[in-house]
Amino acid sequence: MNIIIMGCGRVGARLAGLLDIEGHSVTILDIETYSFHRLPSEFAGTALVGDGMDEEVLKKAGIEKADAFVAVTEADNHNIMAAQIARHLFSVPKVVCRIYDPLRRELFSSLGIEALSPTTTFAQMLKDKIEQ
Amino acid sequence: MYIIIIGGGKVGFYLAKALLGEGHEVLVVEKGASRTEFINNELGSVAIQGDGTEVTTLAELGAGRANMFIAVTGEDDDNLVACQLAKHKFNVPRTIARLSNPKNETIFKKLGIDVTVSSTNIILEDIEEEVPTHPLTHLLDIREKGLEVVEVKIPPDSPTIGKKIKELSLPPGSILSLIIRPRGKPKVPTADTTLQAEDQIIAVTTPETEEALRTVLRGL
Repeated sequence: MNIIIMGCGRVGARLAGLLDIEGHSVTILDIETYSFHRLPSEFAGTALVGDGMDEEVLKKAGIEKADAFVAVTEADNHNIMAAQIARHLFSVPKVVCRIYDPLRRELFSSLGIEALSPTTTFAQMLKDKIEQ
Repeated sequence: MYIIIIGGGKVGFYLAKALLGEGHEVLVVEKGASRTEFINNELGSVAIQGDGTEVTTLAELGAGRANMFIAVTGEDDDNLVACQLAKHKFNVPRTIARLSNPKNETIFKKLGIDVTVSSTNIILEDIEEEVPTHPLTHLLDIREKGLEVVEVKIPPDSPTIGKKIKELSLPPGSILSLIIRPRGKPKVPTADTTLQAEDQIIAVTTPETEEALRTVLRGL
């Protein structure tokens, strides 16, 4: 699969590494060159400096042929906007994004954006650990 | 009207000031504490500190009864998310967003934001109107109908000079509405009107056919 990841933080870089090992063609975007140091040294995909909310950058990253788009920057609203561009302007078949704010996640899920909230998931995991 | 403004920067501040002056009930949501204090000192208690892209903030300030919602932060994504929350969570009838990147207009419209304002585009349009040699000038957008009013100037060496309008193959959906000549009164063109050098033609067209219209009229 052709996969584009927006945001090369810890999660983005790790996901890029995992998908790359499985043989997917991965392009990862970040606005800071420095962020790419988080990628594993054997990463064979493409690292591209640019803003994933910018159509031109997305085109350069190959969004027109992408099978999946993942938005995992630190900012909820960046992720929401980029995910909606990927879905509504470029009709990428699989679009997933991270939204920290659970209420915001709820609304955008109802608007057809597949989103995960680490806040909800992680709080639940911690609770389960404590009660074990 | 109850109007909520997201972003208390310069645009938000002067907008709030103007709307208050017109007698509206205005509330400004601003992230920064000192900026919020400044607005409250200047305009009376009209600003609250908070994130206008958060559901809880908007619920607290009664977004459900707002008549209009205006997002004018410097970040396009924040403006988009704020307006989408207002529209879909709180059913605000009219949402207006400021754009920094004019290209974002397409996605904002597609996602149902009622009005977008791009300062970049406004300045560009002003430049186009100022430069007389520009082959096609946008005068007005009629967005709801997908139409636009444009002006086309016939250059002195155009091969279309002396031709009748019925001899031109105008693109479908384009209507020539008015001809303004260097001398004489403006006139409504008919099929038998002959084009002259320096004619200014005011036409109604669509974004898809404006290029074709320009080529047909100028013959270049």
